[in-house]
Amino acid sequence: MNDLDFLPRGERSGQQAAPVATEPHELTARAAALLERGYRLALAHASHRGPEDARGEAMHAVYLFLAARPDSRVELTVPLDPAAPAVPSLAALSFPAARFEREMRDQFGVEPVGHPLARPLVRHPAWPDTWHPMRADAGARPPLDPDPAPFPFLTVEGPGVYEIPVGPVHAGLIEPGHFRFSVVGETILKLKARLWYVHKGVERLFENRTPARGLPLAERVSGDTAVGHALAYCRALEEAAQVRPDLRAEAARAFLLELERLYNHVTDLGALCTDVGHGILGAHAGRIREQLLRINAETTGHRLLRGGIVPGGARLLTRPDPARLRALARDVQELAELALGHSVVRDRFTGTAPLTTEQARALGTLGYVARASGLDTDARHDHPAHPQLPAAPRVLETGGDVLARFQVRAREFQGSVDYLDDLGELLPASGLDDTPAEIRAPGRERSGVGIAEGWRGTIVHRIELAPDGTLERVKVADPSFFNWPALPVALTGAIVPDFPLVNKSFNLSYAGNDL
Amino acid sequence: MSAPVLVSLAQVLLVLLGAPLLVGAMRRLRARMEGRTGGGVLQPWRDLLKLLRKAPLHPQGTGAAFRFAPLLGVACSGVAAAAIPLLSTRTGLGAGADLIAVVALLTLATAALALAGLDTATAFGGMGASREMTITALAEPAVLTAVCALAAKVGSTNLPAIVAATLSHGARPASPANLLAAVALAVVVLAETGRLPVDNPSTHLELTMVHEAMVLEYSGPDLAMVELGAAMRLTVLLGLWSALFAPWGITTTADPARLLLGLAAFAGKTLLLGCLIAAGEVFMAKVRLFRVPELLAGSFLLAVLAVSASFFLA
Repeated sequence: MNDLDFLPRGERSGQQAAPVATEPHELTARAAALLERGYRLALAHASHRGPEDARGEAMHAVYLFLAARPDSRVELTVPLDPAAPAVPSLAALSFPAARFEREMRDQFGVEPVGHPLARPLVRHPAWPDTWHPMRADAGARPPLDPDPAPFPFLTVEGPGVYEIPVGPVHAGLIEPGHFRFSVVGETILKLKARLWYVHKGVERLFENRTPARGLPLAERVSGDTAVGHALAYCRALEEAAQVRPDLRAEAARAFLLELERLYNHVTDLGALCTDVGHGILGAHAGRIREQLLRINAETTGHRLLRGGIVPGGARLLTRPDPARLRALARDVQELAELALGHSVVRDRFTGTAPLTTEQARALGTLGYVARASGLDTDARHDHPAHPQLPAAPRVLETGGDVLARFQVRAREFQGSVDYLDDLGELLPASGLDDTPAEIRAPGRERSGVGIAEGWRGTIVHRIELAPDGTLERVKVADPSFFNWPALPVALTGAIVPDFPLVNKSFNLSYAGNDL
Repeated sequence: MSAPVLVSLAQVLLVLLGAPLLVGAMRRLRARMEGRTGGGVLQPWRDLLKLLRKAPLHPQGTGAAFRFAPLLGVACSGVAAAAIPLLSTRTGLGAGADLIAVVALLTLATAALALAGLDTATAFGGMGASREMTITALAEPAVLTAVCALAAKVGSTNLPAIVAATLSHGARPASPANLLAAVALAVVVLAETGRLPVDNPSTHLELTMVHEAMVLEYSGPDLAMVELGAAMRLTVLLGLWSALFAPWGITTTADPARLLLGLAAFAGKTLLLGCLIAAGEVFMAKVRLFRVPELLAGSFLLAVLAVSASFFLA
């Protein structure tokens, strides 16, 4: 086993991430030591400061490792040469690392030495491959290549094998993604998902904003995860500015996080029923969702809960009546029982596209996808925001199939309503209006990490503040970035008409994945 | 023009005008049962008129198969409507109104649309065509076997003869052979018209579609013809089923007053059957594609039992 000697003494646990200056040649051994001890790579990114800055040109890469129980965070900071940035690739140690490295190469031109896959990940094929949009000296976008090389899809050969290309424009109103199925009869031999049609340059848009102006952007990273991303952003900001919200504020934030989980989970439960042609349960899920959205609007003034999370605290117009939530929980319980009591619906869910625990762990999946495959990962337990917060519910299924992902959501809905009861006791019924904490100019560079268990899984933001208090670099890691590669793995051997159902059971964000 | 020809013409017009109303009524009922408002009964007609006003558009590289399949679909259902004794057994096709011929006509429409799906050379067209032909190939044996059971008693596959024979013996529809054949054909009607649990007519998920995947490239007036053909097919199949197993109200003459009564009975029966399907669909889900053969094999088994029953229990 590799040693952890490089960690500063006394900082092996505790909330604040301990930044450890690491030379490129030390990186592999240190990462291996951390991964062996149960740490996971939560995020990796590069940062670049241009030569016109008074502090001089600088570039570095950051690898954030997280471990649970006890909550422990380690940041390996690798200085890079802006002229020829290179890091040793960690692809052999961690699958998510391989993806973050490709992202770093596309955005900053950081070469992961020894990376097995030379292909771009996030870069648009029509962008010149020498242009790295996140570098400080990137300048305006150069003209697009009018005839970019087509994506090298792997062609599966054999008698009777054919391809089905689907998307990026779909028949329903969903986000864009291209799926290329290699099929024999109706059985899927291989699926390649091409995402990256919704690049908005969000991380670049954060740069040079004041922290307050960064918040609306964080709320819009993924429309259905306004609270999750806003909370991760605010926590990162608070860590950088060394502000600690009190118990009441953290309870209010946890409250909003659960409200977001409720309306999204019930949407998915209904959509899963609709996808197997059982429309009536979809209609009822729509009714429940609408009532939850109205509760959201009463609670924060916005149906998607925007504006509820503020730096240093939270804003609630009122605390929703627990009896109403309880009534909706009973409706959802009944809905789930009706769905699973229907033999055809149950048959469609059972054994469909299983993701084994081993696969879920190797790919680094998060959220309900991981919990349906028996992986106990939940930032509410792993990285608690406040020691006195009531314990969040714990839901685990082991099947890994569509049924397990359905049941995790159904059970989490019930657990969340119970949890909302506990949290509500810490909140005044008349609402809460914490004035946002003032994020003062720290006078020197500071960084912070924010972790929140959004409804899809663990969201991590890392922020670097300039000495004048503006945002220098914001890195967003949505759980979808980790979970997308699991979809084709789970689908191997499934049949084509089951794909929409399986895709819905994962329900990953395209916008949160492609920033 | 002779009276039987007029009867046939009336039947064709009735199916042509009434089929979209039936679809509208079924959608409306399903929406209300699911707690939604839904579109009006006239909505399918409004959609058809809207589509007919649009410019025709054909994908590059498609040929006659794509062009003529929608018209062939409407024509096949139209001829079937002329042949089946929907209002009166005195239809204008005489010996041509054969049960096997009617089944073949409806299969011809399916085959034409499958060819059109292949003609587009898209993955969805081919996928839909392949699924549709699989289902049809499994449904046909059940239909033909059930037909045998019905024809064996009368000694003819001529539809007016079968219906007239049933009408002349009041108690006959309840014979074991008839009941078994009725169930077998009911399953086939669901499969052939793309209803739950075989296909989901209201899905937007292109990868799960059967009929819809095949016709994905159609637009404008062609799509209107495809939709009209599908609605007429549903009406004709329900009409055929009710003529065979619930022939009450069908007259054996061409008397106008009796015909009006027959019209009311036909409208009532078809609407009732359609509403039963729509109501059933509310509580149903779509089976996994690979379970469809099991369903149709069950239908075939019932048809075989119907044949045995018609020989041994007669």
